[in-house]
Amino acid sequence: MTHPTHSISIPDLEVVYDRLATAIDEAGPEKASLFLVKLALLNANALRSADVFQTHVEAALRDL
Amino acid sequence: MHTPTTQARPSIYYTYEVFKPWLASAHPPQKRQQVVVVGAGPAGMVTALELARHGVASVVLSAELQFSQGSRAICFTRRSMEILQQVGVADRMTKGGLPWRFGNSFYRGQRVFRMEAPHDPDDRFFPIINVQQQYMEEYLHDACRANPLIDFRWGNKVTQVQQKNGYVELEVDTPEGPYTLESQWVVAADGGRSGIRTAMNLDMEGASYEGFFVIADIKIDLPFPTERRAYFDPNWNPGNTILMHREPNGIWRVDYQLPKGETPEDALKPESLKARIDAQLAMIGHAGLPWEMDWSSVYSARTLTLPDFVHGNVIFTGDAAHLLPIFGVRGANTAFQDAQSLGWHLAFVIKGLASEQLLANHSAERVGAAREIIDEAGKSTRFMAPPAGGFELLRNAVLSLSLTQDFVRPLYHWRTSRPHEYTHSQLNSLGDDNALFKTGPAHGAPPQNVRLGANDFLLDHLGGGFDLLYFTDESTIPETLQHTLTAVRAKGVPVKVIAVGSPQAVTGADITLADANGHLRERYGVPANGGAYLLRPDQHICARWLTLDATRLQAAFHTALPQ
Repeated sequence: MTHPTHSISIPDLEVVYDRLATAIDEAGPEKASLFLVKLALLNANALRSADVFQTHVEAALRDL
Repeated sequence: MHTPTTQARPSIYYTYEVFKPWLASAHPPQKRQQVVVVGAGPAGMVTALELARHGVASVVLSAELQFSQGSRAICFTRRSMEILQQVGVADRMTKGGLPWRFGNSFYRGQRVFRMEAPHDPDDRFFPIINVQQQYMEEYLHDACRANPLIDFRWGNKVTQVQQKNGYVELEVDTPEGPYTLESQWVVAADGGRSGIRTAMNLDMEGASYEGFFVIADIKIDLPFPTERRAYFDPNWNPGNTILMHREPNGIWRVDYQLPKGETPEDALKPESLKARIDAQLAMIGHAGLPWEMDWSSVYSARTLTLPDFVHGNVIFTGDAAHLLPIFGVRGANTAFQDAQSLGWHLAFVIKGLASEQLLANHSAERVGAAREIIDEAGKSTRFMAPPAGGFELLRNAVLSLSLTQDFVRPLYHWRTSRPHEYTHSQLNSLGDDNALFKTGPAHGAPPQNVRLGANDFLLDHLGGGFDLLYFTDESTIPETLQHTLTAVRAKGVPVKVIAVGSPQAVTGADITLADANGHLRERYGVPANGGAYLLRPDQHICARWLTLDATRLQAAFHTALPQ
């Protein structure tokens, strides 16, 4: 976001964009939230940092 | 007129004795008491026994004529057993109990977590032992009855509490009508629905959680070991949690959460209980196994505490002082710690060995413990019985992930009751060497038990007053220390000196522990001769020194007993 050099590459972001969209549809409307929470926990584990996760939560809560 | 039932309570495995009520007409006029303990549950009886240990007499009032209905508290922690050892009932608890240290969590038929509670070879007691509460109450009652300082009164119900100038006036109703009882101190150990707390209009801080759990005790022959079993989101009770514990006498405890919106009255209907227990048995592969209902009840999870346990001359303890969720076995186990703490703090104030500041310290320490427990128990409760919305979603995500992902599995380990460490207690010595120790129990911590030999442990030798562990391989406690100890004892402060590390009895010590292999010295992190630990009458550490001298020993007592 503020450090473009640390951002995901455009092609990778596009892969994530499409896969996340189709996965939400795969999960279906009833399970979409559950799926997204599982994904967030897996990502948090990969981050190994509650602090970084918190900044992501704050950024995602903005402008809803 | 108070007329408690004289009908023995029903039970498959326990024969209730109906005791005779204590009647004022059969006794001489009542003088003002030093302490009246209202309530004869675990908190009340341990308080009375600890007070008696310090030479303080008390009257214990029970509104009923028999022990409590149903198994209620069944899991007792190691620290509870250490406290019960101090009041003389641990052997009976051990004899009738089922010790355990493993817990299992199941989801979609898979065991997703196995909790293993550590069991140090230096510990006498298991992490947890299962005993039904009636037995525990019977053992404590026998100990009270054998104690000439405890006046136990069945069928005495407190109906009014009035704070007077430096004492309390109680109106006590009995099967022959009421009488008045005055006491310098009243210990309100009258349980979660404390009538005294209500009458005094005291507010508790904290939260109540939605949802109810049924507790059912059934007699059944299930081929499982004594381990805790937790089932999450089973198909017969979607979204909810079921717990199972083995109890002595062929009884199993089944706890299950009720679907949202169901009332406790509906849940306790026999047909409802039967359908659900049958469904649970079917799920665990034992459909059709015969069983018989012993007792059932309903509870909801609450995390509430009084912000101060001392109100004038009334002191609240146990469930009367706080309401804690059962996840993590925190009810009676917290009550024992409250009662043990209250016993010596109150006795020392009554005996004039410290000012009422000591009671303020008791309240600060135990309110601190309750708040810590509430913080931990809140986390457990939000996992076991999550509120609708975010917490429910997260819990379900963890259940789902746990089938394949190791990293979330520790979240199944709801924290178990443990003794609070009074790290910042005002009784901790300021000028000692606490910070210089590399290991061993620190300021405010409960003691580390140490195995000394076959059926012989350090804690067997402690208690009843302050304990000074003095590490030396010489033949005498230094004279300057002996002078200080003589002066402290001359004021009436009970102190026992335990010399550690000499093969012969050490002069000036009450007990000598040889510690031939140096194991005790090592566990307490004492590098050389002259190191020492000072333990309070509840065995929590209040001072420790790498090298003890008379001035600092004197200072430690001065701090531990504020005047």
